[in-house]
Amino acid sequence: MKKDLVIIGGGPAGMAAAVAAHEAGVRDILILERDNALGGILRQCIHNGFGLHRFGEELTGPEYAYRYEKMVGELGIPYMLDTMVIEVSPDRVITAMNRENGIFTIEAGAVILAMGCRERPKGALNIAGHRPAGIFTAGTAQKFVNMKGYMPGKSVVILGSGDIGLIMARRMTLEGASVKAVCELMPYSGGLARNIEQCLNDFNIPLRLSHTVVNIHGRERLEGVTIARVDENRRPIKESEEYIPCDTLLLSCGLIPENELTKGAGITLDRVTGGASVNGERETAIEGIFACGNVLHVHDLVDYVSEESAIAGNAAAKYLQGKSNKEISVSLKTDGRVRYTVPQRLTEIANTSVYFRVADVYRDARIVVRDGDKVIISKKKQRLAPAEMEKVELTAEMISALSGGELSFSIEM
Amino acid sequence: MAKERLLTCIVCPRGCQMKVTLSDDGKPTAVEGNFCKRGATYANDECTNPKRTVTSTVRCKSGDVVSVKTDRTVPKGKMLEVMVEINSVLADDNVKIGDIIIENVCDTGANVVATSNH
Amino acid sequence: MFEFAVIGAGVVGGMVARELTKYTSSVCILEKGSDVALGATRANSAIVHAGYDAAVGSLKARMNVRGSKMMAGVCRDLGVKYKNNGSLVVGFNDEDEQTLISLCERGKINGVDGVRVIYRDEILALEPNIGDEVTVALHAPTGAIVCPYELCMASVGNAMDNGATLRTSFEVKKIEKAEDGYKLSSDDDFILAKWVINCAGVYSDEVSAMAGDASFTVRPRRGEYMLLDREVGDHISHTVFRCPSKMGKGVLVTPTVDGNLLVGPTAEDIDDKEDTKTTAEGLAKVRAFASAQVARIDFSKVITSFTGLRATGSTGDFIINMPRPHFLNVAGIESPGLSSAPAIAEYVLSLLFDAGYEAEARADFNGTRRPMHFFSSLSVEEKNALIKERPEYAHVICRCETITEGEILDAIRTNPRPTDVDGIKRRTRASMGRCQGGFCTPYIIDLLAQEMGVDYTAVTKFGGNSYINFGKTK
Repeated sequence: MKKDLVIIGGGPAGMAAAVAAHEAGVRDILILERDNALGGILRQCIHNGFGLHRFGEELTGPEYAYRYEKMVGELGIPYMLDTMVIEVSPDRVITAMNRENGIFTIEAGAVILAMGCRERPKGALNIAGHRPAGIFTAGTAQKFVNMKGYMPGKSVVILGSGDIGLIMARRMTLEGASVKAVCELMPYSGGLARNIEQCLNDFNIPLRLSHTVVNIHGRERLEGVTIARVDENRRPIKESEEYIPCDTLLLSCGLIPENELTKGAGITLDRVTGGASVNGERETAIEGIFACGNVLHVHDLVDYVSEESAIAGNAAAKYLQGKSNKEISVSLKTDGRVRYTVPQRLTEIANTSVYFRVADVYRDARIVVRDGDKVIISKKKQRLAPAEMEKVELTAEMISALSGGELSFSIEM
Repeated sequence: MAKERLLTCIVCPRGCQMKVTLSDDGKPTAVEGNFCKRGATYANDECTNPKRTVTSTVRCKSGDVVSVKTDRTVPKGKMLEVMVEINSVLADDNVKIGDIIIENVCDTGANVVATSNH
Repeated sequence: MFEFAVIGAGVVGGMVARELTKYTSSVCILEKGSDVALGATRANSAIVHAGYDAAVGSLKARMNVRGSKMMAGVCRDLGVKYKNNGSLVVGFNDEDEQTLISLCERGKINGVDGVRVIYRDEILALEPNIGDEVTVALHAPTGAIVCPYELCMASVGNAMDNGATLRTSFEVKKIEKAEDGYKLSSDDDFILAKWVINCAGVYSDEVSAMAGDASFTVRPRRGEYMLLDREVGDHISHTVFRCPSKMGKGVLVTPTVDGNLLVGPTAEDIDDKEDTKTTAEGLAKVRAFASAQVARIDFSKVITSFTGLRATGSTGDFIINMPRPHFLNVAGIESPGLSSAPAIAEYVLSLLFDAGYEAEARADFNGTRRPMHFFSSLSVEEKNALIKERPEYAHVICRCETITEGEILDAIRTNPRPTDVDGIKRRTRASMGRCQGGFCTPYIIDLLAQEMGVDYTAVTKFGGNSYINFGKTK
């Protein structure tokens, strides 16, 4: 099989990239989706809060996904469901499998990687104690409750204050469970302020900052957890240990871009984002292979995933049409307070949004972008937090006026 | 002396930290810290009649669940009451996104509508 | 009335049962857990020791060296993954060098092929990531790795394919002499057997006492491990042990047959025979030891940690004897128990024959078994031919390990049949990858519920009360 553009992943990123590529003139597109429907993880995110930027109204996850599914349908973009991609080669040959075609290959003119991310599992956290049933990532619990209609727990402790954990605190409560506490290792929340308000405060669920789970009790089903306060080096303080009886522990301890295929293609990953390193067009180090959405870096809002994926879709179209234009080579540097940027480099003179996250909570700080010693952007921010993605806009004029091959991004007080 | 109340806006992901000044009888008289007008509206509502959108699922006749939401906000204090209603209905198996499952749930003026196709 | 009852479905019980079915199909395996391979077999170092470690002249030494030589063939017959990767016992100073030289001598006396002492340059050539301070090592080219629970499942399964019966959730509480044999009772059931073979692991002392022999005890020795992602599985190729010294035995760092990196265990004698919790101190100790033996281990790639209990007997050696007529103990099978298992099974049979058991080898015994992971080893053409016949082989359930619905259904339908999520995991590797079941657990429950004809909420993680879901949301 041969295709101009193959998009791996039919979630919000893949669909938005497909729509943008189609609008930019590409007709021979194929989306490969491993699940039995388009929509990706949005299908199980049944809460509201999506789409304010993109559609100017508040939608639930499935509704947001449906908007794109409709566009994909109306544009007649083909997709294959229940199709797992096993390998992507550096020369853009994709090996996939499904029931109808068995194991098959596609030679693609361009590839967009849009596989999304997965949750950090318990094993990675190395919590001491037994290994009973009743410990789930928040997303697995979300799947049980929202998609399957089953209750994985009645009394719940949540470790990690990522947004999925906060959302699940509310969902479990509304479905009749008692959520005892949300523990967060860091002194600040990993989720959005609005979710603390509407998912925890609304239900009087305590958020225990600088706390972690140090022990798991129960041999068959979870019976309780021991939590403890941590010191400034994030080490548990023995004297502060506290036992909380519960039958369920949900983990919301971060998301990891799912880049096994990317690595298999020989694309090296950015150590901070866990995704490929890309230029402004979201092209990876391999020509004609693009990446967008949570496989590239974990976003806070799906609206930005759509925005970024449209960039990748457009760029793939330009590439296929022979209009790619690598006229410059500028790398974006960070100061540590800015943990990373996406893109990591610029190769084209065009208006470019640069997304990034910060390492800590900073108040009354400035986002500063420098070309050598020259400040080209300085933007005041009341509050910057790791949970929120930040964005600065570089204009084509700024980029064409650059004196060197580097732009540095910093947070300054 | 005027009372103050600190709020986190939940209208959008920005999550503005707002300060609401309240009169002696608890009525909001001024809102600070909001980025947009919707924040002020939220703050006023939050101090007089707080409201929330409820999202959940309803059981279909086939035994599967389908996701739903209230198509407008309902009084915050009525959320659990709304859940009782949501938990008691049985939706048709051919339910489509946007279909009304419960009209005027708990007399809130909001309908419970499907947010996905079954 | 069965000819044989084997108590305990670990790797020793499994290998013994399989050996018995070479002569009779009248074998009943009694297991207190909900599945096979749940004791020491589930969580150990997965090593086939070369045999230089055991004291000269001990039963351990004999069984280890013989077992190690048999292992490749047994694994081939049973379709179990086995890799002869060789092992290194590393030392850091002159004292260690002396110890390694004497270990090497002992190895030669025990009959271990090819052992020799090598020095840093040669070690580095074998293992570029060896610890910075390592100066000397004992190289044992016959050391190997195998998956212990896979070997156990395959041997129990092969025994069942040859007529043996497996009774899970059957905890032997009482052993009474019956006419022509023994009556073995659980709380609510019993079986009769002419011969009883006690392979009850950490409980083998208690089972022996039920039969009237309380001459030994078995204490659990707790060992904590960490398993790392396959991404770093090729960090080393040999199994790397630390030279025993007054600093302790250290830990081992080894690749696994599935391509992960395994580090551990700690060694702590405890009393609780079910205490498989991990501790912060234990895991920290594993990390520290491992980092001295092997450099640059990326501990951010740990995907799970676990604790195993080794059955340490009070005699210092394996306890394989017949204290009562027709009642055999196979007890205190601590390390190198896995390595020894095939030889132990052979030895048990010889004891039985010595004790008067008479039987002809069965002509219809089939000692081979399709590998549990056969699908992944097929060529693309072969896979596609199979997919045409059974499309579920193209439906990937576990994304991290690329395990298909077809493989999971096969596992559910193959002896010994799994009844819970962990059983599927050990048989297929589904949910054993980097996401640890985050995506696939809900689907695996679907398949189990459907195949067993039970409700979704009845499916457990590992039997007993290990329920995953409590009921419907509404």
